[in-house]
Amino acid sequence: MAITSSKQLMEMHKECKTNFEKYPKKVIVCCGTGCIANGARKIVEAFQAALAERKIKDFTIEAVKETGCHGFCEQGPLVVIEPHGTFYTHVKPKDVASIVDKSIAGTEVIEPLLYTNPVTGDKVERYQDVSFFTHQHRIALRNLGKIAAHDIRDYIAVGGYQGLAKVLTSMTPDRIIDLIAESGLRGRGGGGFPAGKKWRTCRNVESDVRYVICNGDEGDPGAFMDRSIMEGDPHSVLEGMMIAAFAVGAKNGYIYVREEYPLAVIHLQKAIEDCEKHGLLGDNILGTDFSFRIRINRGAGAFVCGESSALMRSVAGEVGEPRAKYIHSVVKGLYDKPTVLNNVETYANVPIIVMNGAEWFKSIGVKNNSGTKVFSLVGKVRNTGLIEVAMGTTLREIIYDIGGGMLDGRPFKAVQTGGPSGGCLPASQLDLPVDFDSLTAVGSMMGSGGMIVMDDKTCMVDVARYFLNFLVSESCGKCVPCREGLYQLHELTVKVCNGEATEADLEKMEKLSDIVITASLCGLGKSGPNPLMSTIKYFRDEYLTHIREKRCPAAVCKKLITYTVIEEKCTGCMACITACAYNAITGERKKPHYISQEKCEKCGACVAVCKPDAILVE
Amino acid sequence: MKHDFSHLPDIFARHQQRPEALIMILQDIQKEYRYLPCEALQETAKALNVPLSKVFSVATFYNAFSLNPKGKNVVRICVGTACHIRGAALIRDQIENALSIKAGQTTPDMEFSIEVVACVGACAMAPVVIVNEQYHGSVKPSNAKRLVKGGK
Repeated sequence: MAITSSKQLMEMHKECKTNFEKYPKKVIVCCGTGCIANGARKIVEAFQAALAERKIKDFTIEAVKETGCHGFCEQGPLVVIEPHGTFYTHVKPKDVASIVDKSIAGTEVIEPLLYTNPVTGDKVERYQDVSFFTHQHRIALRNLGKIAAHDIRDYIAVGGYQGLAKVLTSMTPDRIIDLIAESGLRGRGGGGFPAGKKWRTCRNVESDVRYVICNGDEGDPGAFMDRSIMEGDPHSVLEGMMIAAFAVGAKNGYIYVREEYPLAVIHLQKAIEDCEKHGLLGDNILGTDFSFRIRINRGAGAFVCGESSALMRSVAGEVGEPRAKYIHSVVKGLYDKPTVLNNVETYANVPIIVMNGAEWFKSIGVKNNSGTKVFSLVGKVRNTGLIEVAMGTTLREIIYDIGGGMLDGRPFKAVQTGGPSGGCLPASQLDLPVDFDSLTAVGSMMGSGGMIVMDDKTCMVDVARYFLNFLVSESCGKCVPCREGLYQLHELTVKVCNGEATEADLEKMEKLSDIVITASLCGLGKSGPNPLMSTIKYFRDEYLTHIREKRCPAAVCKKLITYTVIEEKCTGCMACITACAYNAITGERKKPHYISQEKCEKCGACVAVCKPDAILVE
Repeated sequence: MKHDFSHLPDIFARHQQRPEALIMILQDIQKEYRYLPCEALQETAKALNVPLSKVFSVATFYNAFSLNPKGKNVVRICVGTACHIRGAALIRDQIENALSIKAGQTTPDMEFSIEVVACVGACAMAPVVIVNEQYHGSVKPSNAKRLVKGGK
C-alpha cells in the first residue's frame, strides 16, 4: 500500500506500533554477520521448530525478531528476551527448547547462558546492566538490535520516516540545511567536514541536476560500523539520504557498498524495494512534489574508492582514480554535477536530528564535536565489538569501562585509530578525549572509527609495516609520491623488521614521509605515512631496539626471533612434532624435543598446540 | 577453458547495456564464471560499445576481478588490522601449507583458491577465514588446516 500523505504515515505508524507491541514478550535474535557466522540462523530455526511443537499463550514466532548487530559479536549468537532484557550469550540450537520452556513460558532465568563479567566473574542477567552497553550512548545505532532489519513496518513502528514527513510538510530546504549546520553534525567518514556546510555549498551551485551519494565503502581494515548500520537499520540511512536530497534538490541517489558486505546489499536492496512499494521512494513522495530514487552500486574491492572523487568515478563505471580537487566534488562531482557525499553513519544521524532538534544534538558530546561516534573496538580487549559513545569520551573509558580492559591481563601498549590514515597512541594518551580535533592534534585521526587495541605482544614496527603494505597495494598509482613514496617507506620498514636498517634509515623515513604527505594527490597518500610517523614518534625506542640490538621486543618480527624448547617444561608429548609442517621438530616421547633453527619457518603452529607452554619465542 | 556464453546477453540486458554499469556487469559475469573469461570481456566491449581497453582497465584495476579461473572452493583469509594483530599471518601460513599454494593461486586440480582480503568487517571475531560463503571466527593456527582439509 502506498503512503500518500504524512497523515497516512502517522496512521500506519500507529498500526505498526500496535503490532510491534502486540506480544507481552519478545525474543531478539541478533542476526548481524558476526552472529550469523556463529550460527544465529540455526537459533531462529530452532525457535521456529520449538514454537511449532508447543503453543504458548500470547507468544508466537512473530515475536521472534531477527535484528541487526548488537555490537557484541564476540559473545554471539545473542538472544535477548524483552521487556525484561534477559541477555543470553553463546546460545546454541539445543538451548532453545529450554529458553522457550523456562524463560518465555515462565519467568525463569537460565544461569549458564548469562554473560559473565570478565573483570568480576559475576553473571549479569540483563542486557542493560552489561558494562559493555551501560557506558554507551546510542544514536546512530538506536534501532540496532531492536527492530527487524528487513521489515519496514518495524522501522515505521519506532517512528521511522517521520523526519522525512516533517521536512517535506513543514520545512524549507534552507531551514533543513540551517538545522543540520546548527546541530554541528560533522561527517562521520573520517574528515569531520561539517555536513550542513557541504549541503549548502551543493544547493547553492547553479545546476539542473544534483546527486546525493552514501559512502558505504568502509575500507579501513578493522572497522565495521557502517556495515552494521546498513545491515541492521538500512531505513535510517535511506531516510537520511532522502532528507539530504530534499535539502539540496537532488532527484537521484546512490549507495556505494563494499563488495565484502553481501548482507548489507541484500538488506539495503530490500529496504529500497519496500520504500518504492510504499511510495517513500519514487515520484511525489508523501503526496508532495519531491521525487527521489536510490540505486545501489557494489564496489569491487578498491580501498581508494572510499575517496570522494574516486568513488564518484567508480559509480560512473570507471576506474576509481581520484582527481586533484581544485574544484570540490560537492561543486563538480558525479557526472560533473554538484554532489553531496556523506557516509553511512552521518546519514543515520540525520532523521533523529530533524526530529529532536539541533539543540538536543549539540547537548551531546563536546564543543565543535556534537553527538556521538560509533567505533569498532577490537584487538586485544576483553569485550570486542561495536560501540557508540558521546564525543569527548576518553580512550581509557572506552578501553577499560566498555572494553573491560586488556585481554588475558596483558599490559596495554597502544591503540590504533583512524585505520591506515590514522596513528598509534601510547598509554600516555589514554586520557585523551576522543573527538575529531583532539585525535588530529596528537598525530592520529578519527577516521571512520576503527579502534584497535594492542598489547605488549604487538610490534609497533610491524604495525607500521602492515599498514604501509596495505597502502602500497591499494595506492591507485596515479601520482608518484604516493605510488613510489609509500613503496620505499614500506621497504624501509621491512629493513627495520629484518634487523638490517641503520639509524640513518630512520631519518630517511621521516624525511620521505614529509614528502609523501605534502605532495600526494589525495587523502590516501596525504595520510598514508601517519601510522609510521606516529609509531616513530611514540615508540622510537622500539625502532632503535630493532636497529641497534637486532631484537624485536614483542617477538613478532620473524627474522629477529627464534623458537626454542624450554626443556624443563617440555613433557615430550610430541604434539608439536605432528603440528610442524616443516619437520623442524625432532624428539622422542617423554623426552624434551628440539627445534632445528635451519628448518624452522616460525609459523607458530607448535606454540598453538603446546599445552605446557614449553616453547619460548624471543 | 570452454564456456557457455549464452548467459551474457541476459546480463547485458539486466543493466540495459549502460556503459556506466560496466562494473556491475563484470561483477555479474564473474559470479557466473567465477572469473572474467577473455571472450566475455570482448563481448562486453561490443555490447556496451566501449573500447576493449577500457573494459580491460576496469577489470584489472579492481581487486575483486580475476582474469584467471578460480577454484571450486574459495578460501578467503582476512588480514585486516584486527585479524593481523590476532595472528592472521600464522593462519595464512598454515592454510598455504595445507593446500601447497600461495595466496592468489589456485590448486592444480582447480579445487581451492586462496585469497587474502583486507578486512571483511567481522573484526570482533578475529582472526577470520571465509570458506566459500561460510565465516569462521577465532581461527587458531592449530585448527586452520581443518577448514580446508576437512571436507569442503
